[in-house]
This record gives sequence, structure tokens and C-alpha cells, in this order.
Amino acid sequence: MRNLIIFLWKHLFFILFLLFEGLSVFLIFENSNFHRANMINSANSVSGSILQTMLGAREYIHLRETNDALAIENAELRSKLASSFYVDSAGKSTINDSLHIQKYIFIAAKVINNSTNKRNNYLTIDKGSLHGLAPEMGVVNSDGVVGIVKDVSDHYATVISLLHKDSKISVKLKKNDYFGSLVWDGGSPSEGSLQYIPKHVILSKGDTIVTSSFSRIFPEGILCGVVTEFELNPGDNFYTAKIKLSVDFSNLTQIYLVDNLMKKEQIKLEEATENAN
Amino acid sequence: MLIKIISNFSRFFVLIFVQVLILNNIELGGYVNPYVYVLFIILLPVEIPGGLLILFSFFIGLGVDMFSNSMGLHAASSVFIAFFRPFLLKRIAPREGYESEVSFGVKKMGMQWFVTYASIMVLIHHFVLFFLEIFRFEEFFSTLLRMFLSALVTMALIMLSQFVFYRSGK
Repeated sequence: MRNLIIFLWKHLFFILFLLFEGLSVFLIFENSNFHRANMINSANSVSGSILQTMLGAREYIHLRETNDALAIENAELRSKLASSFYVDSAGKSTINDSLHIQKYIFIAAKVINNSTNKRNNYLTIDKGSLHGLAPEMGVVNSDGVVGIVKDVSDHYATVISLLHKDSKISVKLKKNDYFGSLVWDGGSPSEGSLQYIPKHVILSKGDTIVTSSFSRIFPEGILCGVVTEFELNPGDNFYTAKIKLSVDFSNLTQIYLVDNLMKKEQIKLEEATENAN
Repeated sequence: MLIKIISNFSRFFVLIFVQVLILNNIELGGYVNPYVYVLFIILLPVEIPGGLLILFSFFIGLGVDMFSNSMGLHAASSVFIAFFRPFLLKRIAPREGYESEVSFGVKKMGMQWFVTYASIMVLIHHFVLFFLEIFRFEEFFSTLLRMFLSALVTMALIMLSQFVFYRSGK
């Protein structure tokens, strides 16, 4: 015991150094997550790199779920876009108040079957009536208009592709709002044709075609394509124009369904007016 | 003796305040960050007992830490140079040894001796401090550069303080 005390006394300086240095280092690690994390990382750089690799693999496996989550989020965000809202203010009022009512909602879905090589092409998507789908809902993707829902089962729905002889979409020229119809004449899946643009309109190559406000299915202003060629045959009142479609139909995976919440109201009103005459 | 204690204590507080109030706010291009409070440890009298040396160094480091949100960082590097100091002093002692009650000023010990002593202390302190701070060796050379530049500025400030405050010598 005496020897121990003598030893301690002799080496008091060194022991005090160890004590206070230890205390300081303890304080550093106790008070800083940064240092603690670094300690863990640098002490285990081998296991760290293994964990990193495993995390990468796990992330890859979960890509599908991540994608779905992102698509749903996208649909939600699209529902919040200004174009999804119906401006609920009186026509005379020039003040655009914050009186907005949701008019369109978007539902994310995936294409599970698709064709482009027939005259009448259909898509099958992986959402159905259980998810709120109904016939005549619009289908778009991030590039533009895809088609219109035809039939709905519990879990699936078929879509009349834009590449179909019956599909006819009300469109307008983005630059001056003259409206016409977008149809598909068969042939190339990237080429449609634009009808009913009157001949007094100045048309030019590269004009953008978007959906018009006349459609009960699509919100106004969704991209459809770009004019590539046009001609005015003698004696015709309308241009015939070729459109480069904005959607790549041979590569469709993620699509969004557009639900017009005010469609019924609009149809009812229009029918009442027609029946009255 | 009493004067020595008082002057060291006042230096303790003055240096902490200069450090945290002025110098901690200096960051030239993210590289230069002088730590002049080391001067306190450098100037502690030679006859101070080892235990007190370490204790004082710990407290000045902790004092700076408390104001810079870096708990223990400055304390660790200060304690380290306090531990190192007796060995260094023994190594660079003048041939006739230190007079008792000598103060380590430029005037008393000579320019060359003081610069050697102070710059070694500052370099060790900064080395420990900077590498404890980043705590990895990946940015070794950029940290080394940072350390050398800061040590240079610290040394310049220490020499400046020597000429301003201890001009009268004794």
C-alpha cells in the first residue's frame, strides 16, 4: 500500500495528465454526436462498408415500393396543381379569390398490357373500380395524353389508347386557343393528325397542341404533341396537320388517371338544356 | 510571488475573453483560426507544480470550450501540451538552467529561445486540436495546411502581444 502511494506520488504528473486528458476526450464524445458517429464509423470501416453494400442491395429490392410511393405522391401533387381546380368565383369578379374547389383528382396506376401495332390499341392498367376508377376517365402520363378508360373491373381497367380509330380528343393550339380534334390515322405510333383547324388560322411547324377546355375528361392544357407538317388542300376549309405525339406509346409504364369531379353536374346540365329544346 | 499569481490569473481570464469574444469570430477563408489562449500555458512559471500545470491548462481549455460549443476539444489539446511542456523545457533549457522565478518573456529568455519554445507548443497544440476536431485522416493535408496557417497567425499574435505588453521586460 505504501509502495502504491509512493508510486502514485512519483507519477502524479502522468496520472493527472491521463485523468484530465481522459476526461476531456470523454467530454468530446459525450457531447458530440458527430464524434460519436465518427468513432463508430472509423472503428468499423470494414463492417461499415459491408453494411453499406447491404443497404444498397436492400434499396434496390425495395425500388418497386419506393416507385409506387413516389407515383402516389406525384398523383397527390398533380391533384394540387392549379389546373386541377375549378375557379369558383363569379364571372364578373375580377378578383381571383382563394375560392378554389377541387375539380380534378389524379390516381396513379401502372400499365400492365399495351400494344401499338394494331389499328385499335388498348391498354390494361393495374387499378380498377376498387380504386375509384370509372369508364370515361382520362389517362395521362408525365408527357401528355394517353387515352380514355373504357371498361373497369374490380382490380383492372382497360383504356382506349390514343392510338385507336375511335379516340378523338378535343385539343387547341397553345399559342392562340383555336381548337380542333386530335385523331390517329394508323401507322406510326408517334404520329397523330390534327383536324378542324380553320384555314384562316396561321399555323406553323412546331406549334404546341394541348387539350382544350371543352373536354369533360381532361384538364385544360395537357400536352398532346407538336405540329410537324401541315397542308391546306384547295377547296378545304380546314388544315390537315401531322402531329408528333408527346407520349411515347411504346414505352408506357407509369400513368395517371384523371377523375373530373364535376363531370356529372356538367353532363346533367347540358342534357337538360338539350332536352328543353 | 503574489504578483505572479495575480498576473497569471488575470492572464487566464483576459486570454479566454480575447479568444472567445474576438478570435473565435475570425475565420479567414475557413482556413485561419488563431488560438492565442495557448499563451497562458506557455507563460506559466517554470516552478509551477506539474499537477497545477495540468489543472490550469484543463480549465483554460474548458473555459474556451464552454464558449465555443466544443466540449472537451480545447481542454484535451491544452492538457496535452501541459503534459508535454516539462519535457520540452528540459530539452531546450539554457546551459545554466532556468533561474527560479523567471518569466518566460522574450526580453528575459531571448528572442530565439522564446520563438522556438512558443512555436513548438503552438504547433503541438494546434495539431492535436485540428485532428481531434475532424477526427479522421481523410483530409489529412488540407487539415495540415489549415493547422499550419492557424499556427502561424497564432504565433504572430503571440509575438505581437510580447512586444506590446512586455516591452519593459522584467
